[in-house]
Amino acid sequence: MPDFDSAINELRLLDDISGKDSFIHRIHPVAKLITTIIYILITMSFDKYSLSGLMAMFLYPIFVFSSSGLSMKNGLYKLRYVLPLICLVGIFNPFFDKESLFNIGMISVSGGTMSMLTMVAKGVLCLLSSYAFVATTAMDSCCAGLRRLGVPNLIVALFLMTYRYVFVLIDELSNMLIAYRLRAPEHKGIHISAWGSFLGQLLIRSMDRAEELYNSMELRGFEGDFRYAGCRRLERSDILYMLILIATFVMARYINIARVIGGLFV
Amino acid sequence: MIRVDSVTVKYDNENEAVSNISFSIMEKEAVGLIGANGAGKSTIMKAMLGLVPFAGSIHVENIEVVRDNIRKIRRKLGYVLQNSDNQMFMPTVIEDMMFGPLNYGHSHEEAEKIADQALIQMGIENLKYRHNHKLSGGEKRMAAIACVLAMRPRILLMDEPTSALDPYNRKIVIDRINEIDRTKIISSHDLDMIMDTCSRVILLSEGKIVADGNAQEILTDKALLEKNHLELPLRITRG
Ligand SMILES: Nc1ncnc2c1ncn2[C@@H]1O[C@H](COP(=O)(O)OP(=O)(O)O)[C@@H](O)[C@H]1O
Ligand SMILES: [Mg+2]
Repeated sequence: MPDFDSAINELRLLDDISGKDSFIHRIHPVAKLITTIIYILITMSFDKYSLSGLMAMFLYPIFVFSSSGLSMKNGLYKLRYVLPLICLVGIFNPFFDKESLFNIGMISVSGGTMSMLTMVAKGVLCLLSSYAFVATTAMDSCCAGLRRLGVPNLIVALFLMTYRYVFVLIDELSNMLIAYRLRAPEHKGIHISAWGSFLGQLLIRSMDRAEELYNSMELRGFEGDFRYAGCRRLERSDILYMLILIATFVMARYINIARVIGGLFV
Repeated sequence: MIRVDSVTVKYDNENEAVSNISFSIMEKEAVGLIGANGAGKSTIMKAMLGLVPFAGSIHVENIEVVRDNIRKIRRKLGYVLQNSDNQMFMPTVIEDMMFGPLNYGHSHEEAEKIADQALIQMGIENLKYRHNHKLSGGEKRMAAIACVLAMRPRILLMDEPTSALDPYNRKIVIDRINEIDRTKIISSHDLDMIMDTCSRVILLSEGKIVADGNAQEILTDKALLEKNHLELPLRITRG
């Protein structure tokens, strides 16, 4: 199952690049989080036919990706599992909404086609921006950010623990997969007869490990309240970053930049 | 300093993992807890930390290990887990090391300073910003010990600190252990290591104490060790 291995590596990689350093990485997590949320809200609020207006919104992910050293190609590649879903949602629009909106040469473009394309574009934008946030913010900083926003500690702790538990689970799973494959090299994947015991083992082993990990946290003074290492105060540059970007989003929402630029040449 | 009185631990209702054990340990003593797999070494350590329920009583610096005192007790004890993978839970080494000091109310700068000292003490400054899941087994063990040292415990409990280490790293760990001037309890079946680090040895077998005394005497007693599924330290066999 090479596919599974690569999926593990991708997740690990995400954890790695989020620990890197760049101007974007250094922005306060809260500022980034708010910016991302507002970006998503504004993107979603675009009219269902305004594909040209949406184009300007692509600038934000491009900006974050390029200034943080992330690869756009990788970002899009990672979205390959989710993108078909978005396309699927919009795929019937052209059949329902057949009213012609405008013509490109001889072809008339229907409202349904436009709304489908717009929906796909919105989906891609939201996913890209979320990915950009996660990839430039270490999970602990995310949690610190959530705490600062007033999200209850219990929920944040749960979130962080779940995230850690996923890694424990993945670790155990990859160990077990290796053990299995070494002893059943001719099998493709795991034979169905072994699934029950495999899953059971996985659960027990990862629970044991999770418990030990939790013990080890308690032994080091953990009492349910994370003292996040990465939590500093919001600085002027963070607020500036946030305000400039949000202002740009709002502008892009109400002024159709693509059309304005187009208008200059007509 | 540590007093263990008639302690019995049962994981399930039938078998006793540790039965009716008593011993006490003085300040600055280095004690080796030896015995074959399943003898109950880890279980005793966990009982001291209040991680498993037990019958009998344990006192650490005259404080009894009971629920209400558990925080005070755990602050005195530093526990290096048998499996370092289960010890480190933050993304990077430095974050893991600062976790304890931050929890104990140190500021960010202080915590980092404390962590740096522990890194230097273990000689692993180069691992500071590394990702935990990318460390080798030996590096992970060193980092795990450093994490515990950063807690500045009065007493160090180490569960098989040299298991799964290559000879080079094993030697380093032994040297570092010897440099740490604190009360130490070290569990292992690596008797050469115990001989290098401990002056006293408690030999466990099937949850009971079989011998307790001078390390040199017990570790050279071939009949006693073999009866309890252990072998003489290599250097003794080699003469
Ligand atoms: N979580 C557990 N549940 C049930 N039995 C356990 C558990 N942990 C250890 N035991 C049993 O307790 C005994 C002592 O184990 P342990 O203290 O881990 O031995 P050692 O560390 O000396 O190898 C063993 O027989 C083991 O099977
Ligand atoms: Mg053990």
